[in-house]
Amino acid sequence: MTEGVSAFAPNPEYLRVADLHAFYGESHILHGIDLTVRRGEVVTLLGRNGSGRTTTLRAILGLTGRRGGSIMINGVETIRLPTHRIAHLGIGYCPEERGIYASLTCEENLLLPPAVSSGGMSVGEIYEMFPNLKERRNSQGTRLSGGEQQMLSIARILRTGARLLLLDEISEGLAPVIVQALGKVIRSLKEKGFTIVLVEQNFRFAAPLADRHYVLEHGQIVMTVDRSELASRMDKLHQMLGV
Amino acid sequence: MEIFGVPLNALYAQLLLGLMNGSFYAILSLGLAVIFGMLNIINFTHGAQYMMGAFVAWVLLSRFGVNYWLALVLSPLIVAAVGIVIERTMLKRLYHLDHLYGLLLTFGLALVIEGLFRVQYGISGEAYPVPEALTGGTDLGFMFLPNYRGWVVVASLVVCFATWYIIERTKLGSYLRAGTENPKLLQAFGINVPLMITLTYGFGVALAAFAGVLAAPIFQVNPLMGSNLIIVVFAVVVIGGMGSILGSIVTGLGLGLVEALTRVYYPEASAVVIFVIMAVVLLLRPAGLFGRES
Repeated sequence: MTEGVSAFAPNPEYLRVADLHAFYGESHILHGIDLTVRRGEVVTLLGRNGSGRTTTLRAILGLTGRRGGSIMINGVETIRLPTHRIAHLGIGYCPEERGIYASLTCEENLLLPPAVSSGGMSVGEIYEMFPNLKERRNSQGTRLSGGEQQMLSIARILRTGARLLLLDEISEGLAPVIVQALGKVIRSLKEKGFTIVLVEQNFRFAAPLADRHYVLEHGQIVMTVDRSELASRMDKLHQMLGV
Repeated sequence: MEIFGVPLNALYAQLLLGLMNGSFYAILSLGLAVIFGMLNIINFTHGAQYMMGAFVAWVLLSRFGVNYWLALVLSPLIVAAVGIVIERTMLKRLYHLDHLYGLLLTFGLALVIEGLFRVQYGISGEAYPVPEALTGGTDLGFMFLPNYRGWVVVASLVVCFATWYIIERTKLGSYLRAGTENPKLLQAFGINVPLMITLTYGFGVALAAFAGVLAAPIFQVNPLMGSNLIIVVFAVVVIGGMGSILGSIVTGLGLGLVEALTRVYYPEASAVVIFVIMAVVLLLRPAGLFGRES
């Protein structure tokens, strides 16, 4: 799929989650999540630790236990699909723990995810965006610094042609200057037409990037804030996030 | 000429024998390592699958007149197919459980398979002729080399290092390494990990069967040939470190040689030397010589 805009559906839905329930074993973690992300949008999932943000991303990919409800990706119902089929609908996933493989070099990590769609960035373009990775391409993946590993974790899903990026806590534990660089990366990805779901703890990082914020609590969405309402609802948001 | 009272000729002959046994250790422990890495299962059926490899070659020859070279390809494929059925119907239900369950299942399967072959063929063993092209021997100047034994060493080394190369140096191998480390994430990238696991098991089993065909002309084709060998191979795996590819190859060959040297200089200990080394390694480096401490 390209980001060509149709006159009939100028901003079609890329991801539509309806009444999503998810379990880990016997524990019921998500209690009916509803959210919609249109093509080219950046949305965030905010909330305290344990509110279900990471589980929501994992449930979209089928990485949790039992799931119920509906997840439409690009018009395809995926709730019954196995994980590897879901990825091929054009999803790139950057997990919270970054998931850099120790037994692979930096470049092997970068080249690992198979193409899920045409039109991914070339290795050259990626190295231009993340020059550090080029310098360290022969290093063992886990020998990279925390920031480099985070860059690598994002870079490797840009190669695959994925148009919907699920990014989990990418700013966590990184120096402010690196967080700033990541902010630039997200902005430039948005300009390139990527659709992005950010799970974030760092509201200051997420606020200027996102079109819409979903706040989760106890596995449910308790508040939705559009960019335009951000200023007026800031107090309430701070209160809910406890920041 | 003698070294410590042993004629050089006799020493070379024993070292060759050690290298040959080491080749079997290497190829079998390599299969175990590949399977353990990807499936997290300690495949106790490995010895029975090695035996099946030899038997399938023997049946192919005696019933269907299929020659050794074709059997070297066909037998691993047939035994791997049986392995794949076992994986799809039984093993795959155990991945999320403790190692112990996989161990019990595969051990039980080994007993069942060996029992079936015993009922069918008895325990007296069947002879498999050395293929014509490899009969006789070559005078290397310093020793006489039986051609078939030389072939076993070369063929095992080629297969072992080809496996190592594929796993450590190719794109397919990067999937295998990644799948060993974090299969869920690999699947989230769009790789069909369950299929990969099945094929990996099939490949590990094929290695065992390949070793079985190589062994057929040397040892008797016998339902118990696997269980005799596999105990030593597990000691090799413990010494090398479970899951290390290069470690299992190097340790297998090395221990074959150590065993041979012991047979020359202190024959009484040759049957236990590997287990003594295993005990020492477990005391000093519990994860094995090439294993990662976790």
